[in-house]
Amino acid sequence: MTDLGGALVEGQGLTKRFGSFTAVAGIDFTVERGKTFGFLGPNGAGKTTVMRMIGCVSPVSEGSLRVLGMDTARDGARIRGRLGVVPQMDTLDSELTVWDNLLVYGRYFGLPRSVIRPRAEELLEFVQLTDRRNDRVDPLSGGMKRRLTIARALINEPDLLLLDEPTTGLDPQARHLVWERLWRLKAQGVTQVLTTHYMDEAEQLCDRLVIMDRGRIVAEGSPQELIAQHASREVVEFRFEDRAVQDAAVAAAGEAGLAGGSVDRGVGGAGSGRVESVGDRVVVYTDNGERAAEAMAGRGVRAASVLVRRATLEDVFLTLTGRTLED
Amino acid sequence: MANSGAGVLRVVEREATVYRRLWRASVFSSFVTPVLFLAGIGVGLGGLVDERAGRVQGLSYLVFVTPGLLAGTAMQVGAGGSLWQIMAGTKWMRFFHGIVATPVTATGVYGGYLIWLAVRTAMSCAAFLLVAAVLGGVPSWWAVLALPAAVLTAAAFAAPLCAFSATQETDLSFPLVIRLGVTPLFLFSATFFPLAQLPSWLRPAAWVSPLWHGVELCRAATTGRAALGGGPARLVVHVVVLVVLIACGAAWGTRTFTRRLAQ
Repeated sequence: MTDLGGALVEGQGLTKRFGSFTAVAGIDFTVERGKTFGFLGPNGAGKTTVMRMIGCVSPVSEGSLRVLGMDTARDGARIRGRLGVVPQMDTLDSELTVWDNLLVYGRYFGLPRSVIRPRAEELLEFVQLTDRRNDRVDPLSGGMKRRLTIARALINEPDLLLLDEPTTGLDPQARHLVWERLWRLKAQGVTQVLTTHYMDEAEQLCDRLVIMDRGRIVAEGSPQELIAQHASREVVEFRFEDRAVQDAAVAAAGEAGLAGGSVDRGVGGAGSGRVESVGDRVVVYTDNGERAAEAMAGRGVRAASVLVRRATLEDVFLTLTGRTLED
Repeated sequence: MANSGAGVLRVVEREATVYRRLWRASVFSSFVTPVLFLAGIGVGLGGLVDERAGRVQGLSYLVFVTPGLLAGTAMQVGAGGSLWQIMAGTKWMRFFHGIVATPVTATGVYGGYLIWLAVRTAMSCAAFLLVAAVLGGVPSWWAVLALPAAVLTAAAFAAPLCAFSATQETDLSFPLVIRLGVTPLFLFSATFFPLAQLPSWLRPAAWVSPLWHGVELCRAATTGRAALGGGPARLVVHVVVLVVLIACGAAWGTRTFTRRLAQ
């Protein structure tokens, strides 16, 4: 195997255009061996397009992209031979059984059946589908299908696993089952690149991540770093049922000095001293949530609900873009 | 590229695996129905024709119509397999997208699928020929050459139709392909009666029908009489027309499959 100096994926000025629309606008990033790297962003941020370029199914419009030390433009088939891909929308073969899905998929990589069979046994065990091996794929639940897709992606023992929104559309229990499998793979040293628009998923799974918005990377770091850099220690969320009351609350927050600080300057802690009005909420970034809540109450702000909590990646995104991930 | 060649075979394998589960469903359309045509029209109606009209181009009606039905069956398998099945792979079930995430390319998917349709055509047509031979519709051993002729006919439909299907967002146009394309060709390509029966102004229309070229080849083979296909030189022209159709279809299909699966 080639020595890749630790970097399995390297994008530089990576750009993708569809006609006059620019889906990915010149991004730089590096994925280290053994780590889980995430692209966090709302729908339409360009995450899936990046994944398709890394997966060598979508040609790069501009810039460079090296995967496993090879050039995606020249060595697409060779790179794909060493990737495992879990796409956002199912591409399972619903005309085949669970078992045949693994067997047939292994053959696409040119593996002999004698190699595929024991691996498929093991992988079915790993994703807890051994008892469904002779079933057709159609009647499986969404969570089972996703787990089967993960097993299928591992059939060639890939050097790099690409997961595009691995738990979108799954219920919480199915989601945890998937996360648990991904943690196990990480413990085994499998490098993973994933996209998600769930901030908790990014926090749970990623060692490093980039936040994407409208085709650009707006921030990069570990989840903790990003929160420390771009959000305050605590967050108070005021929820309102009346728009006028909400607007008055924003004004009151300003008068109370809660909007006095500025992001990234460390006035009273990084990221604190900001007030955002999104949807039916007013979000106050502060070092002391209780005191901020009291200050607002002292100014006569009557919210339908008040919640003091730790800052999350969602707040980082809101701070950086003024919008929420679910938009 | 050795690599893409291997990829094509993997796709054929996939189709064969599916077929092993679902072959019963396709036996009707690709074998039982043609044999029913053969019995009803070849033997039943043929008896009447022979009684009233004597011979058709010097042949009993059963012998005349057998190669027509053979080429027609090839067209049905080739065209029928190139519409909804492609939509299933690209849009409905999306398994083609799963395949191109592996070393197999979009061209490999297209090529593999075409080869599989050729294999299925050969299987259906071989079974049909056997039954026809038992019924007395295949007088010559040259008939073995009717198999490659049938496969060429099927591919001449499948190559461009698969290419077309990969460009479609819905299946709305597919019934039209069958009603305005496949069915009229089946009826008027010298399948059931000689072209001479058509009004003279309509005959050139038959010449552009890929099925007509296939029927002429099959008829020359199953009867062992090259003259029925227009003579040896004309037979070569028939082959060339079908091969050109396949080549143009393939050039188009490589583009449409790549655009659909790898952009």
